[in-house]
Amino acid sequence: MNAVGWGLVSAVVVALAATVAALAVPRRHRPAVTGVGVVAAGLLGTVAGVVATTGTTWSVARPDLLPLIGLELDVDSLSGVFLAVGGVVAIAAGTYAIGAARHGLDGPGVQAALPAFVASLLLVPAAGSVGTLLYCWELMALTSLVLVVAEHRERPAVASAGLWYAVMTHAGFVAIMVGLLVAAGAAGDGSFAAIRAAASGLSPAAASPAFLACLAGFGSKAGMVPLHPWLPRAHPEAPSHVSALMSAAMVNLGVYGIVRVGVDLLGGGPSWWWVTVLVLGAVSAVYGILQAAVGSDLKRLLGYSTTENMGLVLVGVGACGMFAAAGSRALAGLALTAALLHVMTHAAFKTVLFLSAGSVLHATGTRDLDALGGLRSRMPVTTAAFGVGALAASALPPGAAFVSEWLLLQALIHGLPAPGVVPAVVLPLGVAAIALTAGLAVATFVKAFGIGFLGRPRGAGAAAAAESGPAALTAMVLAGLACVAAAVCPTLVLPTLAEVAGGVVHAVPAVSGTVAIELVGVSGVLSPVLLVVTLIAAAAAVVGALRLLARRRDRRRARLWDCGAGPLSARMEYTATSFAEPLQRVFDDVLAPEQDVDVSHHEESRYLVAAVSYRRELPDRVERRLYTPLLDAATAWGRAGRGLATGSVHRYLGYGFVTLCGLLAWLVVTR
Amino acid sequence: MSALGVAGGVLQAVVIVGGAPLLLGLMRQVRARLEGRAGPGVGQPWRDLRKLVRKQSISPRGTTEVFRVAPVLLVAMTLVVAVVAPLVTTASAVPPVADLFVVVALLAHATVVIALAGLDSGTAFGGMGASREVTVLALVEPTALVAIFALSVPTGSTSLPTIVGTALDDPQRLISPASLLAAVALAAVIVAETGRLPVDNPSTHLELTMIHEAMVLEYAGPDLALVELGSAMRLSVYLGLFTSLFVPWGIATTASPLALALGVVALAVKVGVVGAGLAALEVFLAKLRLFRVPELLAGSFLLALLAVTTAYVLG
Repeated sequence: MNAVGWGLVSAVVVALAATVAALAVPRRHRPAVTGVGVVAAGLLGTVAGVVATTGTTWSVARPDLLPLIGLELDVDSLSGVFLAVGGVVAIAAGTYAIGAARHGLDGPGVQAALPAFVASLLLVPAAGSVGTLLYCWELMALTSLVLVVAEHRERPAVASAGLWYAVMTHAGFVAIMVGLLVAAGAAGDGSFAAIRAAASGLSPAAASPAFLACLAGFGSKAGMVPLHPWLPRAHPEAPSHVSALMSAAMVNLGVYGIVRVGVDLLGGGPSWWWVTVLVLGAVSAVYGILQAAVGSDLKRLLGYSTTENMGLVLVGVGACGMFAAAGSRALAGLALTAALLHVMTHAAFKTVLFLSAGSVLHATGTRDLDALGGLRSRMPVTTAAFGVGALAASALPPGAAFVSEWLLLQALIHGLPAPGVVPAVVLPLGVAAIALTAGLAVATFVKAFGIGFLGRPRGAGAAAAAESGPAALTAMVLAGLACVAAAVCPTLVLPTLAEVAGGVVHAVPAVSGTVAIELVGVSGVLSPVLLVVTLIAAAAAVVGALRLLARRRDRRRARLWDCGAGPLSARMEYTATSFAEPLQRVFDDVLAPEQDVDVSHHEESRYLVAAVSYRRELPDRVERRLYTPLLDAATAWGRAGRGLATGSVHRYLGYGFVTLCGLLAWLVVTR
Repeated sequence: MSALGVAGGVLQAVVIVGGAPLLLGLMRQVRARLEGRAGPGVGQPWRDLRKLVRKQSISPRGTTEVFRVAPVLLVAMTLVVAVVAPLVTTASAVPPVADLFVVVALLAHATVVIALAGLDSGTAFGGMGASREVTVLALVEPTALVAIFALSVPTGSTSLPTIVGTALDDPQRLISPASLLAAVALAAVIVAETGRLPVDNPSTHLELTMIHEAMVLEYAGPDLALVELGSAMRLSVYLGLFTSLFVPWGIATTASPLALALGVVALAVKVGVVGAGLAALEVFLAKLRLFRVPELLAGSFLLALLAVTTAYVLG
């Protein structure tokens, strides 16, 4: 067993031991025990992942370990990337979990589920056969479901979110199972190696349905539109460190599944598979960020932002498959490198954003941006952490996501001369989608940071806020440092990622360089380090010049300009809703907001208004148009079925008799 | 890092910082003359800056360091663009940063910083200005990125020195439909980003119609000087970039003093002419209603998308 094997096995053993310990130790020590277990498992998983990305592979087959299917693990460099990302997120989330055990979160079930969830997050990318993958996937779904519904006693919305999540994740599971079983059936064996070997002989009539089923299942986990409605419900309702694990680590495994099955196991497939992925990714990106831009629930906004970022990753994956199908391997490698880098940067900034949102929720008791504000002086570390995350998420230089989006755009730009009509239509639209996303992401995160943390407190909770405990602060600082590192020196990981991506699509690494990111094969250079250095130098020059020129050094504190009408109150401030109102008006046709104005009059006179109530809702349109009719139909079907069941035993016996006769008649006719 | 690039970087920083207020003065003077006023003279913005710098700094109560740092960052980010973009010379002082995406996103970042400062003040006007500015920015960014895409497809690179160099070698490319469409789209971007008519009125005194001015209402003294200088520099840098991309002639390709001097003069003349033209046009324009602005920007987005398509079909 090599370092990868030791790291992975010990990570899983530590996590499972923490699960057992959570059930055994008294309530007082439980959060610390599970938290430390999760951190240790995360560390070991990260080590295993990092070693695996350098090219060390490890595989094991133990048919005796799991009933019926056996356990087969197979870690290669692609698995390593997702292992490492999951491990790093687990370190931060575990640290946060030590301090996050409020009432209701320190029960044995919830505490035991957390390490088991982390173990499943590490096992899914390591799975080496269909059976093992499905087993770990289901373990991941169940443990995360337990965590999502942890606070169901406190808020009724949690139960509904849990129901959505449970149903959709299992529908996705069935889709993946069908897809993988079709592929495995053709290969005659469930191991990935066998499927890979048999892929070339697979007929398109079998491969395409298998891929589409897997795309639906894995895409739903990644929050791909239109299979996303569980995500903006479940992620906000879960405890914040669980939200971080789900949004920064679990959704990545959807992308992993698509890459593993589509590119690796099925060997690439025809171009239209990937055009589908690219288009769905672009739609998800725009739709997700548009919902986030007009939303005012901090954690729900972050959930929609996850849909957006996974959409961008899927654009990269789709472009990769498209280029590979067209034969340009170098560009395929570049697109996949961009997608993998975006997975990493998204994990970094989404962890810090969810953890600091959790810190805000804990301190103020609300996640409604309209009731927040003024947290800068009360919660300085949380504010700084959220600021770093918001900069990274808004894709502005020198932020982390800027680098990965730059790489993605480079891949699309250089791909345009590719032959065929389809790239000529799809690639510009892809760029336009990314461009729209970039602009709206800026608006979203200016709103989240500017309204949520700056200005004056808009509610009693925000006014009484106090900074979180040391564990939460440590976790936020760790995740924030990861964000900064990803923004300033992505070149530390990029050549490795490029090698991984090159290995997947059989091409030379698409990116090299230590100071600057240099594209191989096409022209393109970017140096985030130099950009930061130049910015700091310019800022120093400006401050120096100002010191030199200004006559008076002292600063005077003064009143804000209040139009001469007396002191300003927090009610005069802009809120998140008012901030997003112009954007909402611009995208009125897409968002279709529902408004309701109720005017009640005095009894004495109809001309005197007693009260005006105004209500506005921004429903998720996909949910409203697609899922509500579906659910209504299912309910109607159930109601119709109820008419058959009257409670009369005679009638039930009659059903049995009729069915039996019918079957016999059918057998007679067909045989 | 070449000698030409370093010389260009230093010269550009000096020319942009020194010339930006003069450009603003020139535009105001042109406008004043066309409207039948005498005008305060080209040097007035510089005199205003000198007056502001000598005043005492003021921090409104309740504001944090975001409010105090924002003006410095605004000028610093614009200064970085002024140094790295090819304005006087084709080479860049810091080539790995002279990317068209980086430059445009950095200028957008400067806007974001000021919007955050507006929100930090916690006043209704600050929030209103920030909300409007960010809305305009969110709609302008797509146009800018797609127009860049159209410009970089024929050259196969987003590196600014490469794009400008290719345009100098092959001037015919500049009058291709793709390039012309991208030019129109970028012009709309510049008008919106620098807060000129018809998107925003830089000389308005009515708070309810303000965009940029509403955000910076709380600034005074040296901070206000930085904000004013930063806004003026943004305008110059945008116009300089525009002329370098579409009218690159005169730009220095060698590090000889004569070529550099010619480069400086060419930049000043080109930007001055474009600026004066913009000011003259503004006399005939009224400010658009805020909710008509998206229509303008959507139109320019469409032009940019058309530019990409023609770049592919014809190029």
